Amino acid sequence: MAHVAMQGNSEVKQKTGSLSMQKRVGTVLGYIALVLLGFFFLFPTIAMIVLSLQADETSITQDMGTIWMFIPRAISFQNYTDVFERVDFPLAFGNSVLIVGSTIVIGLFVNSLIAYSLSRLKWSGRDLMLGVVVALMIIPFEAIAVPLLRVVNVFGWLNSYHVQIIPFIADAFSIFLFYQFFIGIPVELEEAALVDGASRFRIYWQIIVPLSLPVFSTVAILQFIFKWGMLLWPLMVTRGPEFMPLPLAMNTLYGQAPFLWGDRFAFAALMTLPTLAIFLIFQRWFVQSVASSGVKG
Amino acid sequence: MVIQNNARKKGWRGNESRLGWLFASPALILLFVFVIVPFILAFIFSFTNQRLVPGPNPTEFVGLRNFTRLVADKRFTRALLNNFTFVGVVVPVQTVLALLLAVLINQKLKFVNFFRTVYFSPVAITMVVVSVVWAFLYEASANGTINQFVNFISFGLIGPQDWLGNRSLAFGAIMLLSIWQGVGFQMVIFLAGLQEIPYSLYEAAQIDGANIRQQFFNVTLPMLRNTTLFVVISTTILAFQLYAQVEVLTRGGPQNSTQTMVFYTKVMGFEQGRIGYASAITVIFFLIVLIISLVQRYVLSESEA
Repeated sequence: MAHVAMQGNSEVKQKTGSLSMQKRVGTVLGYIALVLLGFFFLFPTIAMIVLSLQADETSITQDMGTIWMFIPRAISFQNYTDVFERVDFPLAFGNSVLIVGSTIVIGLFVNSLIAYSLSRLKWSGRDLMLGVVVALMIIPFEAIAVPLLRVVNVFGWLNSYHVQIIPFIADAFSIFLFYQFFIGIPVELEEAALVDGASRFRIYWQIIVPLSLPVFSTVAILQFIFKWGMLLWPLMVTRGPEFMPLPLAMNTLYGQAPFLWGDRFAFAALMTLPTLAIFLIFQRWFVQSVASSGVKG
Repeated sequence: MVIQNNARKKGWRGNESRLGWLFASPALILLFVFVIVPFILAFIFSFTNQRLVPGPNPTEFVGLRNFTRLVADKRFTRALLNNFTFVGVVVPVQTVLALLLAVLINQKLKFVNFFRTVYFSPVAITMVVVSVVWAFLYEASANGTINQFVNFISFGLIGPQDWLGNRSLAFGAIMLLSIWQGVGFQMVIFLAGLQEIPYSLYEAAQIDGANIRQQFFNVTLPMLRNTTLFVVISTTILAFQLYAQVEVLTRGGPQNSTQTMVFYTKVMGFEQGRIGYASAITVIFFLIVLIISLVQRYVLSESEA
């Protein structure tokens, strides 16, 4: 009996031994995959930053495809001073911040206000309007860009800041995200305030908004991801650098030969670093925002 | 007393109705002027010869002429074909890759949060910048990064290629960088789906003796059904919006090999001012997106039933 039991025991041991061996191999393979993929997703960004620090154009073209794409040989900020001297980088950057910033801030207010109305107030036509908002979600901007160009042309809005802001303030998808969040907030919280005679706007502003910071940050971040890179609309509605945002400035200034890679990369890095910094600081919210955009399914 | 109360209630109701409209009106007015009106105009313009800046010829109704011309327009059919190719290649590749990345990141390994950040980071870089950096990687000379890499892994068999200048390679090059930029977004959506699967399901599967592969195909995949659907549909719709990469890298060329519907709409409507013709493209574009969305809603409601 004892013998059999011992045999059984050692068998179990052997089995767990090979299992943990398997597990260890799996772990090692997992890390190899993680690192290789990490390199794949990182190397273009690293190359951009490293090569932007190379003053010599010919050495950049020689270094492509070598290890010197990733290790800065001699650090120079020549390309960066070029970007500031030859091109008005601060202007384009300021334009982008102003356009995207005001679209997001005004949009947060306008879109959450209608969502509050749709989720809490009783008014005739409300259900119809909710249906309209949901239906509008499937119209991509690209599908209306050309007729919209005709509309703003009739308004005489071309080449301005507001032509890049006002049409994008109201956003059906943002309204829908707010609406979904607001209907989840218990009504009891507001009823007490209503009995105390608080106005609806005060309830929205002092009760709903503070309770809904997660959805406000989600909407802000998603809007930022979509709006910061916009190219098609600014390309159609601006002339000259005065009102150009960053993506269009980049494409206009560096879209044609001769390609000065150092300058291009310096401009690209300057344009990317603030967003990358924001992303790194708020990355938990970024990831949650993107994840919650998929929950609607 | 009762009557008074009713009256007050009624007055309050009327007040609430006015307030409801008041709160909704800024967004409703903006949506009406900048989404609904252009949307209706697209349909109207598509049956006319409307110009961006009205010229000497009056705008008139032309029936289906724009649409019959589109059918014969090689640049348009090429754009349509390219958009569908993008769907056929990028959607499956990106979805599978995003799922694999999410599964990998979901392991209990050290530093996974770091790698999650790395994989997601291209999403935080705008497409114009991504395109410029990849333009460098695609350099046509033998020195080019991708040329050297391809030469290396093919043991010198494949010589330098002009990735963006060769009409049989350019669209593939654009698809590759699109996957690189977009896959992190879908990965995060899959990750959220994975984390919602109750661990007890895996425990039950383990008790039944299921190995890791069986657990993946019999627990993970079925539980991710709705997430996968969402990812597939949203990537498909994005595929039809393909624009910035093409604008920066190839401007539709060489020989229309990277032409897309949105790029062609811009060329016709903005550069040539032919709003009527461009609107016809827009209408077709919208109908495709509409069909995809309806399929999505149908399949999702099926799965809930």
